[in-house]
Amino acid sequence: MSEIVSKHTVSVLVDNEPGVLARVIGLISGRGYNIDSLTVAEVDAEKHISRITIVAPGTEQTVNKMISQLQRIVPVKRAANVTFEKQGIEREMALVKIVSTGEKRVESMRLSDVFRARVIDTTHDSFVFELNGSPRKIDAFIDLMKPLGLSEVSRTGVVAIARGTEKM
Amino acid sequence: MVNIQMTGAQMVLKAFEDHQVDTIFGYPGGAVLPIYDELAKERDTNQPIRHYLVRHEQGASHSAEGYARSSGKVGVMLVTSGPGVTNSVTGLTDAMMDSIPIVCISGQVPTHLIGTDAFQECDAVGITRPCTKHNWLVKDINDLSRILHEAFYVASSGRPGPVLVDIPKDIQFQTGTYIGPETVKHKSYRPKLKANIDQIDDALKLIADAEKPIFYTGGGVINSGNAAVQLLREFVRLTGFPITSTLQGLGAYPGDDSQFIGMLGMHGTYEANMAMNECDLMINIGARFDDRITGKIDEFSPNSKKIHIDIDPSSINKIVKVDVPLIGDVAHVLEDSIKLWKSKVYKINKTPLKEWWKTIDKWKEKDSLKFDRDKNTIKPQYAIQRLYDLTKDKDVFVTTEVGQHQMWAAQYYKFSKPNRWITSGGLGTMGFGLPAAIGAQVAHPDKLVIDIAGEASILMCIQEMSTAIQHKLPVKIFIINNQYMGMVRQWQELLHDKRYSHSYTDALPDFVKLAEAYGAKGIRVQKPNELDKGINEMIEYDGPVIFDCVVEQNENVYPMIPSGKAHNEMLLGDETKKEEISDEGKVLV
Repeated sequence: MSEIVSKHTVSVLVDNEPGVLARVIGLISGRGYNIDSLTVAEVDAEKHISRITIVAPGTEQTVNKMISQLQRIVPVKRAANVTFEKQGIEREMALVKIVSTGEKRVESMRLSDVFRARVIDTTHDSFVFELNGSPRKIDAFIDLMKPLGLSEVSRTGVVAIARGTEKM
Repeated sequence: MVNIQMTGAQMVLKAFEDHQVDTIFGYPGGAVLPIYDELAKERDTNQPIRHYLVRHEQGASHSAEGYARSSGKVGVMLVTSGPGVTNSVTGLTDAMMDSIPIVCISGQVPTHLIGTDAFQECDAVGITRPCTKHNWLVKDINDLSRILHEAFYVASSGRPGPVLVDIPKDIQFQTGTYIGPETVKHKSYRPKLKANIDQIDDALKLIADAEKPIFYTGGGVINSGNAAVQLLREFVRLTGFPITSTLQGLGAYPGDDSQFIGMLGMHGTYEANMAMNECDLMINIGARFDDRITGKIDEFSPNSKKIHIDIDPSSINKIVKVDVPLIGDVAHVLEDSIKLWKSKVYKINKTPLKEWWKTIDKWKEKDSLKFDRDKNTIKPQYAIQRLYDLTKDKDVFVTTEVGQHQMWAAQYYKFSKPNRWITSGGLGTMGFGLPAAIGAQVAHPDKLVIDIAGEASILMCIQEMSTAIQHKLPVKIFIINNQYMGMVRQWQELLHDKRYSHSYTDALPDFVKLAEAYGAKGIRVQKPNELDKGINEMIEYDGPVIFDCVVEQNENVYPMIPSGKAHNEMLLGDETKKEEISDEGKVLV
């Protein structure tokens, strides 16, 4: 198994009951793993099932161990590694605020077009862009905005799903 | 089943009745008074619940464990909020590590006071989240009966474990609808009991082809129940393979049988560990490749194929990669295996197996459990050997504390039935033995129950003597007294150049007088030739006994696989211990 530390995306299906998020993240932090991003929302309102998506750095072995331990939690129905490099699709949304004037302001507008970001708020001195895409695309956009008056970023964290007919 | 209206406190007792709970261990306090009030009202009925009043909630938790471990039933405890819960944490963690089914009912401050730092308030579900299999805070009276039924289901099914139900005091007083257990089904938790039949067949092919096979069995066999134990014996005899066991698994296969080659692991026999190291097929049944078993993981059984039967999918490939995983309950998997073995007329590989047994017999000749006898001082191994010889014709339940005495008990006391050996393996809890013996005695009032103890461990829960006296539980406490925390001293000798930092107890109580102070009998023996007489006196006494067996102080537990070493690098006795332990090894525990 690979000893290389990389980012892994783990999807966890849980019964949506009180304390379930605390159980999941408590286990992860209690065993010394880190979390880069975390998203959670109910995905089946009738059966009360929530999906938690965790991005965590680690070797394949440590992440597999983490998944095994997650599966021991009683309200966890399933947990799987859905990392992009394998077969998953990952998406994230970001709200990015730029405060600048003149040429910089125009340049940020131009770049946002390239990234297909939407302007959702504007004043004479600022934009707020909404951007969807893979975490890497969002990282790249933020990097480009830094010299153009980047003021604030809010990101949802990653959501992920497998390609094709495969179901978790 | 008619849904009945009753108070929360009454629901708790009704759920006990519905789950055939007739025995609980507990300690009252402000936040559980409504439940205790119901216990008082119920006292005059035909079948009142037997409540055993402990002296400390840790005692309640270990007694519930002793009850569960010796009977196979769920152990139940009742404690109050705040310190009642925090004192239970050690026992819950112990049960978690060794997969023991416990239901802990705790009181909580009333719902409107939660979060206000009220008197005796603590975040019970937060504190116990990592040390229970699952837990619940009840916020609505109409959820209570469902949660109680789920609690018993979760604790006892799949890989068993402790659960906690935290019930605020106002919920205990409120009236709501009680629904019966038959209508409650957990919405998602369904452990898989039967393994994939094709994979079983793959395993059987490996078994039929094996030249140097070994069974490596653990506590999962005992947790699975009596059927699993019988099937294991049948399967092992069917194949003629050697079998070794973990600490928790002792008793599943008879300790005096010729196919049993002793316990394995850090203080296991030479032949068991060498066989694990050199086998070509390892059949793990209900064990978890614990670090006490594997030693250095990179050199663990390097040339073997591995089959792993476990009900917990997360145990598979957690530490050691296996070739054939069989996820399911031991009894189910063994039943299917034996059926398939017979129907496909598989045969074992006889000639190489004979050679394998010859190799094992050679290893046996090392006699790794031999020890020197002494006329003037009692060797601890000798004390346990005599205890075994003088009690083996009885059906004895043995509990232990943690340390050298525990390992000697595992090595020299032989068990022929499951559930007779009750020890804290995973957590290694000093203070476990006495309350666990109380729990075992409650479950088996007419049997001989012995806590093999160390003089340091026993002092950690000595207050439970008072429980034994009050409830007339004739437990025998057999203290191997060397005045040291022996296992700590042994490690300091081997790893820290004999700097015995704080491992000697300078002010021990007089255990005979201590026994008498509690109203029990005290016996002290210092000479080998007085030992038998003392042990017989202990067995014959009708009541609790503290037996102070004064032993040789510097004896070490051998054989020993030092930390960070492989199975074939065992120390067999004092003469071999010169060898340096690496810095890497010293870091390990």
